[in-house]
Amino acid sequence: MWPRRHALRAIGASLALPALTPALAQFHVEISGVGATQIPIVLGRFRDEERQPQAISAIVRADLESSGLFKIIDGPAPADENGTPDYNTLRSRGANAVVAGSASRLADGRVDVRFRLWDVIKGADQGGQSEPTLPADLRLSAHHVSDLIYQKLTGERGIFSTRIAYVTKGGGKFTLRITDADGANVQAALIDNEPIISPAWSPDGSELAYVTFHDRKAKVVIRNVHAGTTREVAAFKGSNSAPAFSPDGRLMAVTLSRDGGSHVYLMDRSGGNVRRFTESTGIDTEARFSPDGAFIYFVSDRGGGPQIYKQPVGGGGATRVTFNGAYNISPALSPDGKLLAYITRGSGFKVMVMNLATGDVQGISDTNDDESPSFAPNSRYIIYATKANGRDVLMKSMADGKSKSTLLETGLDIREPVWGPYGR
Amino acid sequence: MIKNSGKMLLALAGVAVMAGCASTKLDKPVEVEKKDVTTQTTTQSTPQGNSTVATTDLSGKNAAPATLDRVIYFDFDSYAVKDEFRPIVEAHAKMLKANPSAKEVAEGHTDERGGSEYNLALGQKRAEAVVQQMKVLGVGDSQLEAVSYGKERPAVDGHDEAAWAKNRRVELRSK
Repeated sequence: MWPRRHALRAIGASLALPALTPALAQFHVEISGVGATQIPIVLGRFRDEERQPQAISAIVRADLESSGLFKIIDGPAPADENGTPDYNTLRSRGANAVVAGSASRLADGRVDVRFRLWDVIKGADQGGQSEPTLPADLRLSAHHVSDLIYQKLTGERGIFSTRIAYVTKGGGKFTLRITDADGANVQAALIDNEPIISPAWSPDGSELAYVTFHDRKAKVVIRNVHAGTTREVAAFKGSNSAPAFSPDGRLMAVTLSRDGGSHVYLMDRSGGNVRRFTESTGIDTEARFSPDGAFIYFVSDRGGGPQIYKQPVGGGGATRVTFNGAYNISPALSPDGKLLAYITRGSGFKVMVMNLATGDVQGISDTNDDESPSFAPNSRYIIYATKANGRDVLMKSMADGKSKSTLLETGLDIREPVWGPYGR
Repeated sequence: MIKNSGKMLLALAGVAVMAGCASTKLDKPVEVEKKDVTTQTTTQSTPQGNSTVATTDLSGKNAAPATLDRVIYFDFDSYAVKDEFRPIVEAHAKMLKANPSAKEVAEGHTDERGGSEYNLALGQKRAEAVVQQMKVLGVGDSQLEAVSYGKERPAVDGHDEAAWAKNRRVELRSK
């Protein structure tokens, strides 16, 4: 038998099949600005959801609304996924789509989360899904429903079931936390009296690399998120920091000071085969692999102040990428390879986004204390840490800056957010 | 045999669901995943929730670092050890030379402005400047380590130049 998780993955994988794409043309919407077209959708309550620990439809509603791409409107929805939509009434209400589903307890204690989506304009069934799940995983199943609706109606993958890692500081403690992409289900992965910085997800989402100061110096550790096991991968003399996984998960880039100065090194994921990657007399740090694995973007002060450079992984010299401003740090590549986000220092610290094809740069934030931008796996959203109205927050913005919202505000110093991949 | 047919049913249900997802129009209701509860419990290990993250609490195992009075302060954007702190460096060099088994760590720090990783590198540069001076004074390489906390461990709280000046520092501590 397929293990349950493999079966779920197979279902997920089938969604990415090109066969799905052509039928989406009519629905495809590009958000171009505030108040741009949002898809009006009717979302029914899921039958029997009130008998489960999580109300599926409420989570789906919040997901879709937070995406900025949907408008949930009132209208008649079928009682569950086996019902028939009242297309005439739905059309008169202006709905483009309707969703209905159920959440029934199975004999083995799991809950079967099922739903179906209908295209109201065409009067057509758009398919659905059945996902039996543990009660503890109901939020995740709800996010899977949101992901599917999002994908069917926009043509791109949803990010509702992904996770975000970040660090909080408060009460003398540093905590590495992991939250669902909607800011709910926050869990502590690591609590320490010493700082934790620079979390980085492995490409499969099973591991987090980070920098710990637990031994009163910076070391790079990799942690298995599910098991909680850790292993040190860089603990050389001096400081060890800024971990990044290559897209294929085989290589890591780290910043080491073992030979004097701070420079980028490559090593195997196990920590072996360490070799120097950048050559300069200054500082080289914050390495990030390009999504195709061909380049490493990094910060260097070889030209004076810190600027972002890129250098081929296969060999070759570094070329400068950022030219505006005297201080540009913390590069983040969008997973589609089109955009570079980074922090620039002007009157404050602000997130900038560069179109890598044209070199055009655009500021996307309204705040002045921005740190650590990170792209969602579908490249549409950027998360970053900042201060808004005097409070430390994680801000989620569309990559074009047209729409943004506070994802988390806890009263603690909140920093170093990094968006995880599709898998978990 | 019963087990096997259970497996087959599940696999078929999976295929049916996949097909449902990939198609744009379904003529039939969503296929229900048929499952034999007995088969489930006997062939699957205890399910591990995908939402669960393991927690480790290391706090309390390390005492908070004591404030060291062997501190060298730096100007903004500078890594030069100022003359007024030269006696501190010389005193530590003298102690280390007199005690070849003694070891010290130079811990670099920055003020709060800027990114954590770039500040880590800047603090490292300050610590290495101090270590370099001590080496010039004859201290053995194996007795010294330069490390950095970047902006993570400010000596004082505050968001003005008075606070920042106290945080741009290297602390010398025995190892």
